[in-house]
Amino acid sequence: MNFNITEQEKLFLQMIREFAEKEVKPLAAEVDEQERFPVETVEKMGKIGLMGIPVPSKYGGQGGTNQIYSMAVEELSRYCATTGVIVSAHTSLCVAPILENGTEEQKLKYLPKLCSGEWIGAFGLTEPNAGTDAAMQQTIAIEKEDKWILNGSKIFITNAGYADVYIIIAMTDKSQGTKGISAFIVEKNTPGFSIGKKEKKLGIRGSSTCELIFENCEIPKENLLGKVGKGFGIAMKTLDGGRIGIAAQALGIAQGAMDETIKYTKERKQFGKKISQFQNTQFQMADMETKIQASRLLVRSAAFKKDMSLPYSTDAAMAKLMAAETAMDVTTKAVQFHGGYGYTREYPIERMMRDAKITEIYEGTSEVQRMVIAANILK
Amino acid sequence: MNIIVCIKQVPDTTEVKLDPKTGTLIRDGVPSIINPDDKAGLELALDLKDKYNAKVTVITMGPQQAEIVLREAYAMGADRAILLTDRKFAGADTLATSNALSGAIRTLDYDLIITGRQAIDGDTAQVGPQIAEHLDLPQVSYLQALEYNNNTFTIKKALEDGYQILEVDSPCLVTVLNSANSPRYMSVKGIMDAFDKEIEVWGVDKIDIDEEKLGLKGSPTKVKKAFTKGIKASGEVYQVETQEAIGIIISKLKEKFII
Repeated sequence: MNFNITEQEKLFLQMIREFAEKEVKPLAAEVDEQERFPVETVEKMGKIGLMGIPVPSKYGGQGGTNQIYSMAVEELSRYCATTGVIVSAHTSLCVAPILENGTEEQKLKYLPKLCSGEWIGAFGLTEPNAGTDAAMQQTIAIEKEDKWILNGSKIFITNAGYADVYIIIAMTDKSQGTKGISAFIVEKNTPGFSIGKKEKKLGIRGSSTCELIFENCEIPKENLLGKVGKGFGIAMKTLDGGRIGIAAQALGIAQGAMDETIKYTKERKQFGKKISQFQNTQFQMADMETKIQASRLLVRSAAFKKDMSLPYSTDAAMAKLMAAETAMDVTTKAVQFHGGYGYTREYPIERMMRDAKITEIYEGTSEVQRMVIAANILK
Repeated sequence: MNIIVCIKQVPDTTEVKLDPKTGTLIRDGVPSIINPDDKAGLELALDLKDKYNAKVTVITMGPQQAEIVLREAYAMGADRAILLTDRKFAGADTLATSNALSGAIRTLDYDLIITGRQAIDGDTAQVGPQIAEHLDLPQVSYLQALEYNNNTFTIKKALEDGYQILEVDSPCLVTVLNSANSPRYMSVKGIMDAFDKEIEVWGVDKIDIDEEKLGLKGSPTKVKKAFTKGIKASGEVYQVETQEAIGIIISKLKEKFII
């Protein structure tokens, strides 16, 4: 792995930073306050290719790397974690599984519109009784003539309500356990498929998180993704990739909080000194910065391995664990440095702290990441 | 329609620092960008490409590092990029620069030449108009908007206190204000592809110009002195009643011919 960024990555960073600052930052507080899904930003992102970065151009993608994709999610999340997770869930949890497991017909049907941003993607695995223990799927798919009939519900689904295409994991043969789970592509407006309750959340409040309900939802046979019984593997592999996206999101949140803290501590005076001049501030900020940089290297390394088609599951777990815990730690300290002001909504820092928490929970809790890492070292 | 856009790589700062010894710009550590007026010029060209399928060729003169602004132009949607680089171009003032650029442009087909109004590092606003003179072309400077119809451009030109609407036949040259538009973002695919595209590197031998008119030799302007402006005196302070203060202000303004 080369630790220097390439000229191409430099140019990409120049573009994404300008985009994030001009188009994303001004909306971040409003999107949070009003719990509003930023549709206009998604449209702009689609136009410049941010909705299909690591996808070959023959499927309407940008022909970019996972490295560049991780940079995109990081830079967007630096100002707005909501925008970051929209791109991450769309790309890693819907576009990627279709690209990696879809038939040629499925890829040609779904990817161009997903990559252009005309369609938004989502992924449904979690159920009320199948969270971390994802194998406990109760959504059932039964084969009937030339159709699959889905019954059940999913919860906490990111991009739900705004998404056009959903990857749905369901039980096709309960007797087979995890080998009886399959994956499906479900389009919005399919009869029998509806969006349920929208969650009110602590953070990433602009992101739409809803329940999905399937009541005798009939989908065409060709919408099976991958083979029958391979759905659990598809879901787990999808989450491996998703962890790079969420790690990048957490990294972006931490970096955003760091940027604010640097600015604030250099301005704020107490006891006749800038608070950046106190050694307590300096030592804590040195630790924050070190953890951010360590997280960044883990994220880049996981993305690099994915780009090189090397095994990256453990790397992604480490990146997500480290970046999420760093985001929580850095944002909490950043609020502390901002004192009373940091607790108010006048500054973006309290929002960043609220947004950080979810990165320790979704797409595998920090405990799950530790399970993955431990399983790899003790195998 | 063939469009040529001249762009310049400039340091990204309005507070350019000068080396007190040499009087030249200190470029170290300052990120380089496409000059803002030139970027608006490129956007104007790309908009014509979108509407009329124009072919957009971008030219810059500068050191090898200037290549990156041409990659950026590719990533925004330009079709062809030419880098004029040669030791013989070095030390050029605006005249020698415009000679080099027009020497290159002479070898190309064009219906419209676009330059920015001026560069943020030199602020001369001379190169565009000089190119038009060298090529004997009609020119419209300070372009705020442009429409195209049957080989004729209708141009809204900004004046200090209003606008002029002008019609000009192609081929012609325009200099564009950065307020004319908001340049598009580079697309991700554009960035991915930009590094696979060829940047044509042209030296003196590739262009149509007398070598004497290039570089330091071809530059009648000599920089006598460059310096960072010092802080002015603190000004005069009057502690007087309002009525008297008004009188003082009026007389001072008259003294400076402001009113």
